[in-house]
Amino acid sequence: MGILVLCDTDGGVPRKSAYELLGKAKALGLGTVTALVLGPADVSSLGGYGADAVLHYNNAALATYSTGATVKALANAVAATGAGYVLGSANQVGRDAFPRLAARLGAGLVVECTDLRSEGGKLVGRRPVYGGKALVDARVQSAVGLFTVRPNSFPIAAPTAATAAVTTGDGGVSASDIDVKVVQTLAPDSKQVDLTEADRIVAGGRSLKSKELFDSVVRPLAAAVHATPGASRAAVDAGLATHGDQVGQTGKVVNPSLYIALGISGAIQHLAGMRTSRVIVAVNKDADAPIFQFATYGYVGDLFEIAPLLQKEFEKILA
Amino acid sequence: MKIGVCLKQVPATDSRVVVNATANGIVTNDVKWEINPYDEYALEEGVRLKQSGKGTEVVIFTVGGADCEQRLRDALARGADRVVRIEDPALAGSDALGYARALGAAIKAEDIGLLLCGRQAVDGDNGAVPAMIAEVLGWSQVSWIDKLGVEGASFTANRAAGRGSKEVVTGTLPAVFTCDKGLNEPRMAKLPDIMAARKKAIVVKNLAALGLDAGAVAALVVEDAMSLPPARPAGRKLTGDAATVAHELVRLLREEAKVI
Ligand SMILES: Cc1cc2nc3c(=O)[nH]c(=O)nc-3n(C[C@H](O)[C@H](O)[C@H](O)COP(=O)(O)OP(=O)(O)OC[C@H]3O[C@@H](n4cnc5c(N)ncnc54)[C@H](O)[C@@H]3O)c2cc1C
Ligand SMILES: Cc1cc2nc3c(=O)[nH]c(=O)nc-3n(C[C@H](O)[C@H](O)[C@H](O)COP(=O)(O)OP(=O)(O)OC[C@H]3O[C@@H](n4cnc5c(N)ncnc54)[C@H](O)[C@@H]3O)c2cc1C
Repeated sequence: MGILVLCDTDGGVPRKSAYELLGKAKALGLGTVTALVLGPADVSSLGGYGADAVLHYNNAALATYSTGATVKALANAVAATGAGYVLGSANQVGRDAFPRLAARLGAGLVVECTDLRSEGGKLVGRRPVYGGKALVDARVQSAVGLFTVRPNSFPIAAPTAATAAVTTGDGGVSASDIDVKVVQTLAPDSKQVDLTEADRIVAGGRSLKSKELFDSVVRPLAAAVHATPGASRAAVDAGLATHGDQVGQTGKVVNPSLYIALGISGAIQHLAGMRTSRVIVAVNKDADAPIFQFATYGYVGDLFEIAPLLQKEFEKILA
Repeated sequence: MKIGVCLKQVPATDSRVVVNATANGIVTNDVKWEINPYDEYALEEGVRLKQSGKGTEVVIFTVGGADCEQRLRDALARGADRVVRIEDPALAGSDALGYARALGAAIKAEDIGLLLCGRQAVDGDNGAVPAMIAEVLGWSQVSWIDKLGVEGASFTANRAAGRGSKEVVTGTLPAVFTCDKGLNEPRMAKLPDIMAARKKAIVVKNLAALGLDAGAVAALVVEDAMSLPPARPAGRKLTGDAATVAHELVRLLREEAKVI
């Protein structure tokens, strides 16, 4: 039994999401928590965040992500620890590797959980379905259960002085397990935090009319409040912003503490992607726009008039 | 080379969701069904590969009841050649792995060389079936692609990587790809194609015909207690001239909401 937690690292250091998962795994009280780290990394901090043990597969074949080597190493780690549950982040690694691991192990898979709880010694995940229009509880009936968790779902407790024993190994993988090879990495279009991880977002709709206006109204306002720019699908389809900027059911699902919507009507598909934002500000010249039903603060008026004024106010206090 | 496309119908994205009496699904009486939006990219890519001479035939695979026939005819009108529809009572309560085992068996029987799927179905939102099919078949997989090139038995694709970055990857067919927005612009069916699609074949298979039994698709995941997300507390409208509102809003964000 016990829980195996796949810990994300970045440049050899565990990411926030790893600490988040370890703390939650410990609090679930479902047995030993083993932190699994793949590839070269400094694993010394993990005990302080809730890991009872650390399994470090340090192998050149795991230095960059590949489906083949990662799934094989994960399967070997499950066998080595006898874990009943495997937790991972709902990021590209979790999305690519966990379903394949589930099929290999004959394990039930519950993805994109926003909450986890234990009930009668079993793990229950709560996750959005229908693009966030509903939530469902899911549990597994297999010997092993795999769960991925959306980043920023749980608070991170301050680290304790605890340390965890580290077992190292090569994960039983080699270069021949890498079937699909990465030949080039393309950096994101901007240096901004990705929408899915952004704490503040300023989004613009079709009403921005042109790419020039989008770039001169939405982006500077976003910069002034240290936010990532986003867009409605209508804005993306009209060429005002790129696919990567789209928020919604068929774009990115976001979870910031502040979401400012400029000239966005609030179509159901857009709302599905941003309705969990903590504070929503809506600016729209139509008082009946559906977005106002979800807005914490609403202003009925012209976005072109208020956006530059808001930008100045933000610059005054955040510069 | 035969190209496979996995496609399912989903409630239109503008549907309101009403939870059913047993809280394990939604009420579907008034639902308007559509092809899953991401599967439209998969279908379009398959048809383009065939038209550019990289494929001989585009075969659609679906798990679903007779009620999805209209969406299948639409897909045939958009350029697919035929459909294998899988239906079996044992699949009704199955999960992603059960679907993947059924689809995998059907794909194997058709000697497919390249499989295109959607990045996720916008109802179940699992994003799991394609990688599970890849494992069942022992094929390579590439998730969330927005570019694909095929040269003989090799492929090059752009896939999503961490935090907004992309990776260019290469590998060897057979492989499963999951398609993201940006890959192509799906076409609409034209009237003559709609007429022609009526004559294309939709073959229905049950689990026995695929060499599977009910045990192979028994659900490992149980879902219940479906609910609507909690309503948001009522908000506040700010009134006055734009300058006053801008000043007041920033004050509220800092002092009341404490988000800046
Ligand atoms: C399959 C499918 C998937 C979809 N997925 C998504 C998705 O993921 N994300 C998404 O966003 N949409 C999605 N949509 C589209 C969605 O249905 C809406 O069409 C879209 O969200 C509308 O974008 P919008 O609010 O920018 O434009 P509109 O609905 O045209 O609204 C423009 C708004 O701007 C206001 N306005 C105009 N001028 C001004 C001004 N000067 N000042 C202030 N306000 C002004 C208007 O009053 C209006 O409310 C999807 C649709 C489909 C069919
Ligand atoms: C009445 C009912 C009861 C259910 N009970 C359960 C349950 O107890 N437990 C549970 O886990 N799930 C249950 N489901 C959900 C169902 O099993 C899911 O649809 C399934 O798990 C696939 O996941 P997904 O739809 O999220 O597909 P994803 O994995 O998100 O789909 C990704 C891609 O795979 C392909 N694909 C997916 N499904 C199909 C398909 N049917 N045909 C062809 N291609 C497909 C498409 O290309 C799609 O874009 C139930 C559904 C119904 C209608």
